[in-house]
Amino acid sequence: MVTDAAILEAVGEVADPEVPVLTIADLGVLRGVRHEGDEVVVTITPTYSGCPAMDLIRHEVELTLRSLDVDGRVETVLSPAWTTDWMSESGKAKLVDYGIAPPSGAGPVMLRLSVRCPLCGSPDTTELSHFGSTSCKALWRCNTCREPFDHFKAI
Amino acid sequence: MNDLFAYTLRLGDDALISAQRTAEWIAAAPQLEEDVALGNIGLDQLGQARSLLQYAGSFDGRTEDDLAYFRDERDFLNVQLCELPNGDFAFAMARLLYFATYQHLLYDELRSSADETLAGVAGKAVKEVAYHVDHATQWVLRLGDGTEESHRRMQAGLDALWPYTAELFESDSLVQRLPAAVDPSTLSAAWTDRVLGVIDESTCERPSSSYQHTGGRLGRHTEHMGYLLAELQHVARSHPGATW
Repeated sequence: MVTDAAILEAVGEVADPEVPVLTIADLGVLRGVRHEGDEVVVTITPTYSGCPAMDLIRHEVELTLRSLDVDGRVETVLSPAWTTDWMSESGKAKLVDYGIAPPSGAGPVMLRLSVRCPLCGSPDTTELSHFGSTSCKALWRCNTCREPFDHFKAI
Repeated sequence: MNDLFAYTLRLGDDALISAQRTAEWIAAAPQLEEDVALGNIGLDQLGQARSLLQYAGSFDGRTEDDLAYFRDERDFLNVQLCELPNGDFAFAMARLLYFATYQHLLYDELRSSADETLAGVAGKAVKEVAYHVDHATQWVLRLGDGTEESHRRMQAGLDALWPYTAELFESDSLVQRLPAAVDPSTLSAAWTDRVLGVIDESTCERPSSSYQHTGGRLGRHTEHMGYLLAELQHVARSHPGATW
């Protein structure tokens, strides 16, 4: 019998295909595990409604369950809506190492906190576009080292 | 038709048809950042459409793909604002301002819907649409308060689409008797305030029109809808059941 904690730990290691340094546990995309009769149900939630990574994540979680010899399925839930607040501190640190500025805490669009350049550390940066290479990121540029970078935007 | 099915279809079709028009901008926008932005916005709309159509389909055993690809024009319940062909970029930003402001108010109310699934979709979508409103607002201000030519085009876009805005707020017996629904007529005043506030700041004139188009919620569409569906549905209908 595989415990829930062991299931969560194993499926939590599934990587986000678009930001492979982050696991779905780091992101807060993995919501939980429950039992329905003999079946194990793992719940995940998308970062954005249209996130194209969800299909692959679901598939990888199913493969992980199978490798544990667990009879289970994956369910996608929308509520409560995902927020960047669920990203773990270690996840944020991994993002910086990967060259992506982590979300800066506060949610609403209008509130602007300074975003630190993940490459040189300068706080003197400018947003080029709210929208970046994936739904969850915005495009920024550092005014000190002049490098463009992605910023994981707070929602 | 089940009330909740019909209501969910209205919201889902608005999102799906908007996503289709928004996606047409990819690789045709005035700058690379805008291609990326409109790609993201279209993807958000498509994600909302998928959640809503999956839910609608759950009432009669159809899939999201059945609903998107195998219904005919008269079965689509989106407002006509969403289906009009893309004009120039100012036209696109006028439409996004009108539509996203409406969606934002709608989803914000729908978060407390008696229906848990609709409330869940809305709670997710309202955060995404806040970015769409902001994006459209920035462009309407920049183009309206820009050069003589950009001002002229922004005004033309705002004016051309104004006669399609009243349809967003039409009330009918369905939304009045369905407890899970938001009656869109209750959103009209807040929408007008917000949109006119942006238009005033952009130095454009407030549009007005004595005529307002209607019919989308009953499946009556403009002549452009059939062409849009032909493009959207062609592959799925030519190769039914294909997967890749």
